[in-house]
Order: sequence, then structure tokens, then C-alpha cells
Amino acid sequence: MSANQVVAGDVTSIKKSTGRSIISLSTRERINRAFIYLGLIISSAVVGFPVYWMISVSLRPNHETFALPPKLIPDNISFDAYFKVFRDDAFITYFVNSYMLGIIVTILSVILGTLVAYSFTRYRFFGDGIAKTFVITTQMVPAITLLIPYFGVIVLLGLYDTTAGLILTYLSFSLPYCIVMMTGYLKTIPKDFDEAAIIDGCSRIKVLYKIIMPLALPGMASTAIYTFLLSWNEFLFALALTRSEDMRTLPVGISMFIGEHSLKWDEMMALSALGSIPVIIMFIVLQRYFVSGLSTGGVKG
Amino acid sequence: MIFPILQVIEYSFYDNVIVTSDSTFVGFDNYKELAFDPIFWTSIFNTIIFTVGSVVGHLVVGIFLALLINSPIHPVPRAIFRTLLVLPWLFTAVVVALNWQLLLHPFGIINYALKDFGIIDSHVDWLGDESVAMATLLVISIWRGYPFLMISFLSGLQSIDKSMYEAAKIDGAGWFRIFFSITIPQLKPIIYGVALLDLIWTFQLFPLVWLTTGGGPGRATEVLSTYTYRFAFVDFEFSKASTVAVILLTFTAVLTILYLRKGKGKSEI
Repeated sequence: MSANQVVAGDVTSIKKSTGRSIISLSTRERINRAFIYLGLIISSAVVGFPVYWMISVSLRPNHETFALPPKLIPDNISFDAYFKVFRDDAFITYFVNSYMLGIIVTILSVILGTLVAYSFTRYRFFGDGIAKTFVITTQMVPAITLLIPYFGVIVLLGLYDTTAGLILTYLSFSLPYCIVMMTGYLKTIPKDFDEAAIIDGCSRIKVLYKIIMPLALPGMASTAIYTFLLSWNEFLFALALTRSEDMRTLPVGISMFIGEHSLKWDEMMALSALGSIPVIIMFIVLQRYFVSGLSTGGVKG
Repeated sequence: MIFPILQVIEYSFYDNVIVTSDSTFVGFDNYKELAFDPIFWTSIFNTIIFTVGSVVGHLVVGIFLALLINSPIHPVPRAIFRTLLVLPWLFTAVVVALNWQLLLHPFGIINYALKDFGIIDSHVDWLGDESVAMATLLVISIWRGYPFLMISFLSGLQSIDKSMYEAAKIDGAGWFRIFFSITIPQLKPIIYGVALLDLIWTFQLFPLVWLTTGGGPGRATEVLSTYTYRFAFVDFEFSKASTVAVILLTFTAVLTILYLRKGKGKSEI
């Protein structure tokens, strides 16, 4: 109640439009703003601390990790942990695997997804509603439920512990996602464009390549980024469908590292930071696409 | 996608699938066995605690921070804070797990700080003590998951008609009144949709739980997904794993139907 009265009081005093009450309102707003900034700073500090600590520990010698009292800022900053990570063949393998898998899956699913989406928007196979419901349902099925039959099939096909096995598995998740996203984007390109080009003697393929692709490029870019991240972050299937060290992706590699070298905190944190960099850079550079992509494809029905 | 689902349902009625070629049809035996398995019930209970706790936490923190970011401040700090507050969401589960293991280490910085402030008397093994492991896991899960809801709420807040706020202010409504009479009702469709989506995802969440606690200590944080994984890839009992997986699927299916129904209605996120 009291808060109501204060605001009401301010408003009436403005109505009287005396100079003093306008100043008092702006003072009030200034105080409000100070509280908002304080709130934002405190929450950012609390939320950001684990991230700060990761970087901070990765930049100090391992024996200083649990120094008492803890040092918020390391005495002497060293990049040793990063050099060690880069000199280790195993880690390089994890990075190469993750990048390779991500790039192959992204290229395949964006190209195939665009083709399918194009045919969805230009020819009518079945209702939009059914296709979308189907794809949403796909995203809701627990990964662990699918893992068991997938495992059975992958073993049966002799693809256990191979890159091909992982690519196939990831495609089965990323392709439906790409189709929905690209259908959304391609719908915004009028059919008149196609028809005009076809009348001028273009083939369907050429229409797609010369007219649709350039217009759909921003959409394809954001879809590609999201697909890459999906693959980059995937853990369960990469863990269960591979066995040998050469096949491990970065998340699986790091998780194995937890068990094997649980005392080398500096290296583990350096590895974590390095593994997070691609995602963070992509997010910051393409924040707008990322958020809108998420709300159009990932969430919206 | 339909084929693997049918396949896993079929597996759940057989014995010794995948590992041997001569699996036998056992009807509902796997389900019966599971019904008398106390760990199964523990994991259902844990899953519900974990899911509800995480989603409520995500909602509260998400709305609070979305409101803060959406308040009338300079656009540059706004963009900076928004990026900072989204950070936890950008880390892959294994990095999150590793990070928190370091922070929560018995000799780690959180124990030190809490002891220094006199909140705890002696070092607590946050992830290794049965009585606190679930609460710890919830904190990590909330930290990790709120940004998705925050971003969704933020875009929702930006679409609320500003004139409604001005009208309310002129009518003398206070902050609380405006929050509960305008903001929440206007955001309601988004809250409902995002909360359901979050429920569905958290219910089946595997990597974060597996990597931070592994379902332990004991079975203190065993959830349906980790229980399934343990059956399948630790014990190689794929039939039992399939049975748990089918039960997990059933729960998710109910939530998904609720979500799709809502999608057919007026609201879209």
C-alpha cells in the first residue's frame, strides 16, 4: 500500500506541475536506477564468478589452486597450462574430432535441410501442422530413450566407435531442426520470385541456387551456427557410441580427464576455457540471430 | 524417429536384448521387476524433486533478472549485463560440472568463503554428502539453466504495450500491483510455454547430473536418465534400461501433449 501511495503522490505533484516535484521525481528515479544497477552488478558477479574462477585458475600454477587464503587474482599469471594442453596430442585429437564432426554435420544438415524446406514451401506434401508437430515431438523424446535403439542399430551396422556412426546419429537430430528453421525462413521469400525466374527460363535448381540461396543466407547462417553448437555440446551419444581414445569428442575427452587426472586443475580449466571459446565468440558476434533463431525454430510451434 | 521408439518399447518386453542374439519374450516381467525395485522409486522421486526445483528456480531467477535488464537503463550497460547474465548457458555440461567441482571442492573457494563468514563450521563435501548433494545439484542446475528463460521473458517483456504501464501509474498502481496485474498476466502465455518446455527438458536431463554427481553419492541424486544409462552402459542390462526408458518416455509424452495443446491455442512464444 505504501508504495502505491508514494507513486500516487508523485503523480499528483507533477500534475500540479511545480518545479520542485519534478526534481523530486527525477531524484526518485535516480535512486531507483542506482538500485537497478546495484542489482545487476551483484547478480552478474554471483553468476559470473564460476566463469571468472575457471579462467583465473587456468592462469596460475597448479599448486596455487587451493592456496589459503584463496587468491582472487593470481600472483603471477602464467599461460603454462595452455601450452601444456596444446602440446598434448590427445587434446589436439579431441579438438579436431569435435570441429570435424561439427562441420560435417552442419554442412550436411543445412544443405539437406534447405532442400527439404524448399520443397515444403513450394510444393504441398502434407499439412504444415503435421510436419511441425512431428518435428517438435522429435525434440521432446528423451535422448536416453533413443540411445538404446540407436546403440542397437549402430552396433548392428558395424558403425560402433566410428565417425560415420556419430555423423549419422547427429544428423537424425539436426536435420529435423534444420528443416523447421529453413521452412520458416523460406516461407518469407515470395513464390513470385520463383515463378518470374522460371518464366525467364530458369530451372528449379538454378532458382534455388541463384535466387533463393542469396536471400536465405542469414537464415542459413543462424541455422548453421545452432546446428554446430548442438553437435559441439553433445555428450551422451558421443560417450555411449565411442570407445577408443582417438574417437573422443571434446566433452567426452574432458569428462574422461576428470577421472584420470583429477589433480591437474590448471590444465583442466585451460581445456574448459578453450572448449568454451567457440561457443562464446559465436554467441557474442551473432547474439541477435541466436536469440531470434532460438525463439523461431527451437521454441515456437 | 518412430521406429526407434517402437524398438525400445519392444526391447522392454524382451530379455537380454542387444548383448545376445537369442532374446526371449518375457511380457511385463521387466516392468514387474522394476515396480519392486526400491531404487527405481528413489529415482522417480529424485527426478521429480530435481525437475520441479530446477524449473521453479529457473522461473524465479529468470523473471527477476529479465525485469532488471528490462528496466530503463542505458542501452550499452544493458547489452553488457545481458551478455554477462547469459554466460552460464553457453558452457557445455562437462565444463559446468568441472567448474563446480573445483568451486565446491572440500578445500575450494566456496567452503573457504562460507567458513570465513561463519555460515558453516567445517568444510562440507557438497557433492559427496548425501544430505546436501541434491540441493547442491539444484543450485548448479538453476545456475546453468535460467538464461534460456530469462531471454524468453525479456523478449516477452519488450512486447508488452508501454501505455499499459503508464495508464497504471497514472491510476496510482504501485510496483507490486503493476507486476502482478500487468506484467505477469501479459507474460502468462510465455511463462506457461517456457515452463513446460523446461519441465520436459529437465525431466530427461542427463549430462549435467551424470557429470557432477553421477547419480551419487549412493543413490542420492539418481534420476531416471542416469538410472537408464547405468542399466544400459554400466551393467549392460539393455532390457531393463529400455523399460526405464519407456517409463521416462511416457512422462515426457504427457508433458509434450500438454505443450502441443497449448501451442494450438492463442499463445505463441
